[in-house]
This record gives sequence, C-alpha cells and structure tokens, in this order.
Amino acid sequence: MDLSFVILIEMLYAVASLVLISAGLAVVFGMMKVINLAHGEFMMMGGYATITAVGLGVNVFVAMLVIAPIVVGLIGLIVERLVIRHLYGRLVDTMLATWGLSLVFIGIATMIFGNTTTGISTPIPGFAVGDYQINGYNFFIIVVSIALVIAMFAVLRGTRAGLIARGTMQRSDMAAALGYSPDRIYMMTFFCGSALSGLAGAVLAPLVGLVPTSGGAYIAKAFITVIAGGPSLIAGLVSSATSFGLVSQIFTFAISPVIGEVALLIAAVILLRMMPQGITGRFFKGKM
Amino acid sequence: MSLNRRELLGGAAALGTAAMLPKAVMAAGTIQLGSILDTSGIFDAYGKPMDQAMRLAVKEINDAGGLLGKQVEVAAYDTQSDMALYSQYAQQLTRQDRVDVVHGGILSASREAIRQTMRKTKTLYFYNVQYEGGVCDRNLFATGVTPAQQVEVLVPYAMKKSGPKVHILAADYNYGQITARWIQKFVEDNGGEVVATDFFPLDVSDFGSTITKVQQTAPDLIVAPLVGGAHLSFFRQWAAAGMKDKIPLASTTMGVGNEHKVLTPEEGNGIMVAYNYSQELETAANTTFKEKWQAEYGDTTAIHELAVSTYQGIMLWAEGVRKAGSVERDAVIEALETGISIDGPAGKVTIDPQTHHATVDVHIMEFDNQGMTVIETLPQRAPIDTQAVCDLQTNPDDNTQYEIEI
Amino acid sequence: MGRSASQDVLITLVVSAVLIWVMPLLISTYTLTVLVIYGMLGLSLGLIWGFGGILCFGQAAFFGLGAYTYAIAAINIGESTVPMILAVLVPAVFATLLGAMMFYGRLTDVYLGVITLVVTLILFKFVNSTAGPQYVIGKARLGGFNGIPGFQTLNVPGDPDAYVWGDPFFYVCAVALVIVFLLVTWLLRSSFGRIAVGIRENEVRMGLMGYDVAARKTVLFAVGAAIAGLAGALFANWGEIVTPNLFSLGQSAEIIIWCIVGGLGTRLGPIVGAAGLAYLKFMLGQQSMVDNTLITGLILVLFVLFLPRGLVPAIASVLSSIFGRTKRRPNASRTRRARHG
Repeated sequence: MDLSFVILIEMLYAVASLVLISAGLAVVFGMMKVINLAHGEFMMMGGYATITAVGLGVNVFVAMLVIAPIVVGLIGLIVERLVIRHLYGRLVDTMLATWGLSLVFIGIATMIFGNTTTGISTPIPGFAVGDYQINGYNFFIIVVSIALVIAMFAVLRGTRAGLIARGTMQRSDMAAALGYSPDRIYMMTFFCGSALSGLAGAVLAPLVGLVPTSGGAYIAKAFITVIAGGPSLIAGLVSSATSFGLVSQIFTFAISPVIGEVALLIAAVILLRMMPQGITGRFFKGKM
Repeated sequence: MSLNRRELLGGAAALGTAAMLPKAVMAAGTIQLGSILDTSGIFDAYGKPMDQAMRLAVKEINDAGGLLGKQVEVAAYDTQSDMALYSQYAQQLTRQDRVDVVHGGILSASREAIRQTMRKTKTLYFYNVQYEGGVCDRNLFATGVTPAQQVEVLVPYAMKKSGPKVHILAADYNYGQITARWIQKFVEDNGGEVVATDFFPLDVSDFGSTITKVQQTAPDLIVAPLVGGAHLSFFRQWAAAGMKDKIPLASTTMGVGNEHKVLTPEEGNGIMVAYNYSQELETAANTTFKEKWQAEYGDTTAIHELAVSTYQGIMLWAEGVRKAGSVERDAVIEALETGISIDGPAGKVTIDPQTHHATVDVHIMEFDNQGMTVIETLPQRAPIDTQAVCDLQTNPDDNTQYEIEI
Repeated sequence: MGRSASQDVLITLVVSAVLIWVMPLLISTYTLTVLVIYGMLGLSLGLIWGFGGILCFGQAAFFGLGAYTYAIAAINIGESTVPMILAVLVPAVFATLLGAMMFYGRLTDVYLGVITLVVTLILFKFVNSTAGPQYVIGKARLGGFNGIPGFQTLNVPGDPDAYVWGDPFFYVCAVALVIVFLLVTWLLRSSFGRIAVGIRENEVRMGLMGYDVAARKTVLFAVGAAIAGLAGALFANWGEIVTPNLFSLGQSAEIIIWCIVGGLGTRLGPIVGAAGLAYLKFMLGQQSMVDNTLITGLILVLFVLFLPRGLVPAIASVLSSIFGRTKRRPNASRTRRARHG
C-alpha cells in the first residue's frame, strides 16, 4: 500500500517534470514555430541564476520563482533581438542558429562559472510514508507544474494579451492590419518562453548537480515531448508529457532506469509513426 | 608548432617537409614532455586541474635546474573531451613533436585510444588516473589508485560501522562493473552479503525510482561507485528523501573531481571514501604542495586526487630520468623498474616493477563539512588486482588490458 | 549542370589528384586522413539533405553503426575485407528499414528530424549500457562507454598480416572519397537524381506525376547511410578504437554544421565544410585562450545569419562575378527550400 503510493507520486513527478522542462520550448514552438535548441542552455542559465542569487543571500524560493525567470527572460530577449528575429519563418535556420547559440552559452558559462559541478540543496525536507521515505521536493515540482499549466491556460484564454498573441500567431498580417505590431508580440512571446525555460532550470536545480553542459540532458526530451504533442500548445504538452512520463516510469520501476528512458524513446517513435502530426494533430484539433 | 606550419601554408608546397625542422632543432637543447588532457568540454572538471598540476610539476623541475642539466619543455594538447582528438594528438606528439614522454589520458577509453600509438612509436607513456586496473603494458606506467587498493580497505571499515547487508549502485561502464565485482568479493570475504547491484549509465540523473527500490531491499550499507556530474544527483536526492541518516553510504569515486565541495554538509557529511589524496591531509609534503599551488594559481580549491596523481606521475618519471641518466625509453623503464619511489603530497609512491602500477598510501576518510577528514591511513597498499593477472618481469611483451576474474 | 559528364569527371580527377599530391606536404597525413573521412561523412548528409530534402538528425547513427559493424566483424573474422563490406551493408539495410517506416508513414519536416534524433539516442543509450560481460557478439565484447579497442585494422585483401596504415591508408581513404564523389555525381546526373531533386522541390507534384516518392526517398536515404557507414569503417581503422561517442548527438550536430558552413545543395560544400571545420577544431585544441565550444557556436550562428548558403556557393558566385562567366548560379530560394524539407 505504502509502496503503491510512493510509486504513484514518482509517476506524477515524472509527468510534472516533463511538463516543466518542455513548457518553455512548447510556448516558443507552439506560438512562433521556432524550435529553440538553446532551450536546455536557458534552463542551465536559470539554474546558475538561482545558485548565484542564493549565494548572494536571496531567499531560495524568490531566487527560483522570480529572479531566474526574469534573468533568463532578459537573456532570451537579447537573443531574439540579435539573432532570432532575422530568421522567422525559416524553421531549420532557427534550429541551427539556436544550436550555435547553445554552444556559445556553454562556452560563456564555462568561462564565468568554471567547469566544476555546483548546486544547492533542496529547501524542502523529505518525509515518511509508512515504511518509505519520500522526497518532499517532488511535491513542490508537481504543484509548480500544475500551477504553470493553469496559468498558461488562463493567460492565453482569459486575457487580452493572450488573445492578441494567439491572433498574431494565426494571421500576423491581420494583426498588423489591426494595429498590433507582430514584431513586438513575437518579442514578448519569446521573452515568456525563455522565462519559462529559466523557471524550469531553476526549479530543477536543487535536484541535480549543475555544470555548463547540463542543458544537453534536457533538450532531447523536451524536443521529443513538444513535437509529439503536436500543434495545440497546452493540450499537446500535457497529453504527450503524460504518455511519456507514464511509459518511462512503468518501465523504470519494472526493469531499470535505462530501459525506462529507452521505452520513452521507442514510445515516441511509435507515436509519431502512428500520428505523424503529433497527438493533437490527430485529436483535439484546433484547440489549445 | 601550429603557427610555424600555418605560416608555411602560404609558402611553396615544396617547403612543406621543412615544417618539421624547427621542432627537431628546438628539441636538441631541451627535454620534451607531451601532455594530452581534456581541458575543455564535459570532462574538463577533471582535466583542468590535472593540466595545472602538470605545469606546476614541470616548473618545479625546471626551477631546480631541470633534468640532466636540460630544461623540460611542455607540448600540451586539449582534446576537448573528444576521443577522436586523442588519436590525432597522440600521432602529433609521437611522430611530429617527437616528445620524450607522454603524460595524460583521463577516461579509460582515451587511454586505450592512444596506448597502442605510444607503444608502436616507442614513446614512454604515463597514465596518472585512478582507473579500473588490469592494463599490462611495459611501455605504460599507471600511477593512479586501482579498485582493489581502495575497496580492500574501504569495505571492511564501512561494514564494521554499519552491517553485513550491502546494496551496490555503480556507474555502468568498465570501471563501475569491475569495481562492483571487487566490492562483492570483499563484502563476502568479510562475511557480508550483497543484496542487490544496480548499474547506471553516466547520463542518468533521476534516481527517484532507485531510492524507492533501495528501501525495498533494506540494506545496512550502500556502496556507490557513481561517476560524474549527473550521478552527483543521487547523493542530493538521497539526502532530500531523508534517507541519509537511515542507511550509510560509501563510495570509491565520490570526491575524485572534488564533488564533495558541491554537496552541502547536510548532504555529504558521513559519506565514507578511501583515496590516495585529500586536501585535508596534514602532512608536511601536502602543506608545501598546497603553498606552491597557491603561489602559482592563487587558489587551492581545485586540487583533487587526479591532479595530485598527475603531479606524482611526473615526479616519478623525473626521478626515473635522473636515475637512468638519460631520457631514452628503455633506460628510463629499467630505472623505474628498480622500484623507484618519491614522497608526494599524498605520501610515498612506489613503482611496482611487476605491473608498472603504483604502490600508494590509502587513506580512509569521511566527508565532513565539505572536506575529507582522514580517519585512518593504510601505508603502501600494493596494486593487488593488477598483480593477480600481470607480470611484466616474466612476460615483458604483454600488451593487454586484463579483466580480472575474481 | 553546365558541363558535360566527361568534363566533370575529368575536372574531379585532376583536381583531386593535385590535392592528394599537395596536401600531405602541408598537413600531416594522419590528420588529413580524418579530414578526408569527415569529408565523406559530410557528403553523405549533403546528398540526402541537399539533394533529397531529407533533414536527418541522426546521420551519426549510420556512421557509428558502420564503425561498430566493422569493429565487431573484424574481431570475429580477423581479416578486414568482409568487415568493410558489412560496414557498408548493415547501415544501408538499417536505413532502408528506418526510411521505409518513415517515408511510407508520410513523415516529413521536423517529425522526420525527431524520429532520426530519437533513433540515434536509442542506439547511443543502448551501446552505452553494454559494459557488462553479457553483451558479446561472437568474440567481441561491446564494452559500453569505453568502446571496443584492439580489432584487426585494414589489411591487403586476403593477407591479414599486410596492414594498410600510415601514408598508404591516407591514399586509400582519399581514393575512396574520390570514388564516392564520382558515384554521387553520377547518381545526381541520372534520372534517379533528377527525380530526387524534383521530390525535394515539390513532393506532391512528383507523386501526382506517378513517381513512387516514398520508395525513392527510402533508396536515397539508404545510399546516404551506406556512404556514412563506409566513412565509419574507415574511421574505426583510423582511430583503432570505436566508442559510443560516434553515435552521440554532438556528432550528428557537427555533421549538420559542416553541411551548412560548406554549402547545402552542392556536392563539394559538405566536404569542404567538414574538412575545414575539423581542421579548425584540431588547431583550436592547441591553444587555451578562448573556450573552443564558444568559437564553434559563434561560427555556426554567424554563418546562419550572414552566409546562409554556405561557403562554396558564396565563393562560386564571387568567382563568377570576378571572371564574368555565366556559370550556373545556385538559386537562393532553391537552396532555402531544400533546407526546409
């Protein structure tokens, strides 16, 4: 009984962390059709921003939830102005340019923070479920992910800014004709996407050791989750994160973590073969 | 060297062969030491301090008047954590730079990528890294500590402190697999039992399910030869789950790249390890070493086991050259085979003539406030694992990496 | 193409003969060999991406598969001829299966990219976790993260003791590259090649004209994989060790970068890009001023922004404007289309 509860939490956590690491990429891809391969490095910078802020004496939750997203969002803004905006509509070129950027960020982070692994400890203690000890921080990640999905939905559906953003993504010429500058909307969207990446990196930082190359571990997973999700932003993100999270955890518990990861990848191949436009290209068409 | 060639690129093609000349001329007055390490890319946390240690050792030798009255000159290459570049630079060092000795290589794969080149070109090769043991090659000297040297002392100590049921969590590659077998052997020799062994590829960083699994097997002790930044997450997640005070941990790898400085005291305190070196060693040799490092680089926090191994490896080679009175390969090998020893920052290091490995002091330590406190020092442990399979005295032409059957 | 086939072959032969003669005087043959091998690897992606519009994120998978096939077969057989052939065939068969699965499933665009990426990751993760003694093929231990060292290297066919290494090995690789280059030229000039370019330009139209688009793409994909496999086998001979790094995403990324920098939609571009960047990386390893990752990244960003068509087309257009010859100018929009395939 205790064991099944622990396993349930682990599964929820796996899904939540997939949602978290993919959200930033999903916003940028879903809204702007730009695949940001520097996404992992944005997360890495979020982690470093948090650690630096905590080192300067800031409360760890403030550092994670406020400072890191803002810092990374601003870096994203600079990147968008300097590089990405010249490449809109050229999917492959943006992938290559952001790939280059990811290498640049790794290089810069190595020069600033050095190469040794750094990190902070988890701010929430573990607790006991019957005979088992469980990582309390897992709950925090689950809560943050749920809040994130709700917030994304509320902003896109409920606010005027979300409406304008969605409109621009569908028909930028019409939006421009109505007096909204697509350029600025793209800029803001990219800022939000980067901030989300920074948030994810910050929130996951206490669980892992951070090095400048940490981002590489996330990008493939995030990329697969977002593409498999398909065109609808939120429904795609949640549905693909759920399927992959469950598949990988079932195999992890049944066999081993490696098999779990491979199962995730095989699931992605099968899924895309059966639904070449992603999950939401097939179901939930036209929804968010 | 590269500049010379690049300048010549523009010149007449016929001059190309002459590009090798400057080096040959230069080499006449100095001794050439080749170094080949990852000082950028994902393994640079290991490689950078090793590079610093190498330069420090050479500087020290040169300040003391050099070797055989000649200055030692370094030809260093950064392999950027790319195995292909190891082969390339090994060729460069041996065929073009024609160095007298090569120190370097970090991962076992990188050593195997260059070992045959060194052998073919008769270039003496020092591999100064803690590794899985078993390489038997007259041309190679391995001065790092091997699993049996550590496990033999660590396991009895850790079991005495905890209990007989052991769960092994090891990195899934050559080193981890072999070390896990040694742990199993010594656990059983000491009357214990291994309840489970799990292997993790080097990029696994989510250990949630593993922690649950460990609780199911309910061991008295966990021995975790986990390697690298991703695996560091285990120790953090273990502490975050509140397990740290319930089941004690021991490791043969944790701290080699100064990982213990990353964990907070709450996460790290009490983890048991056994190494050749710790910054906290209170010996005169270590104090002077740290002072020299401080004077050169301004900050001693980067010093780690592998850096000290590199330093000691170079000093051993220098001692061999002095004794041989020559940098010629066979003369130096023979000199080293007399069982030369030096007093390094980590204590006395002796070359074992039978295996070309090193007999070293091993210190049992516990993490304490981001340092490694020495509990017990076991002087002069021989590389018993490699000794079991390798005898270069009776079989000098051996050229294999043995996998030790236990 | 403006020139006739025989002219093309003649120019290729003369230029490559001169290069094979001159280059060893400038750069050591050992380094040159790997540049040639990377050139071949670049060409393999340049063919399927530049002329077939198939963006493969996992070209390294075929490269690694070729290298591993060679290493495993060489250990078991102890002679290099059959392993060389297997190293070409195994990736080709694998690519045929993978390609058929993707192209008959009408996967295009980024979805294609994801599948190839994922397949590479699976191979990487699998090979990486084979350190245990239970992973054996014949006499060959797979070795996991540490790879497989110590296999039989290239020998004169039929005589396992007559090793081909050093300078002769360079000439073998260089001649192999020239042959592959000529075969690619021939393929592109054939009706198959012209239809492949047609498919790149407009898949639907070619389908409506009655061509079996999926089959043709699959074949082209397999040809690319075969070339990559050959490059992998040569690489295994060169390095005398194979490691899972050959399958890594970083390796795949490099291949794509070579194509972009060299120039997509040309035969020469990927070769020039591969050799040039690999040499640059080699040179950068000899300095410690700037972080090398940073430089590689900057080069890629700058190329995408300012020279998206790559070096070779840019130089060609500069040359043609200087000499005022009306050579075929690569059409910018066309090249761009190719990338989005």
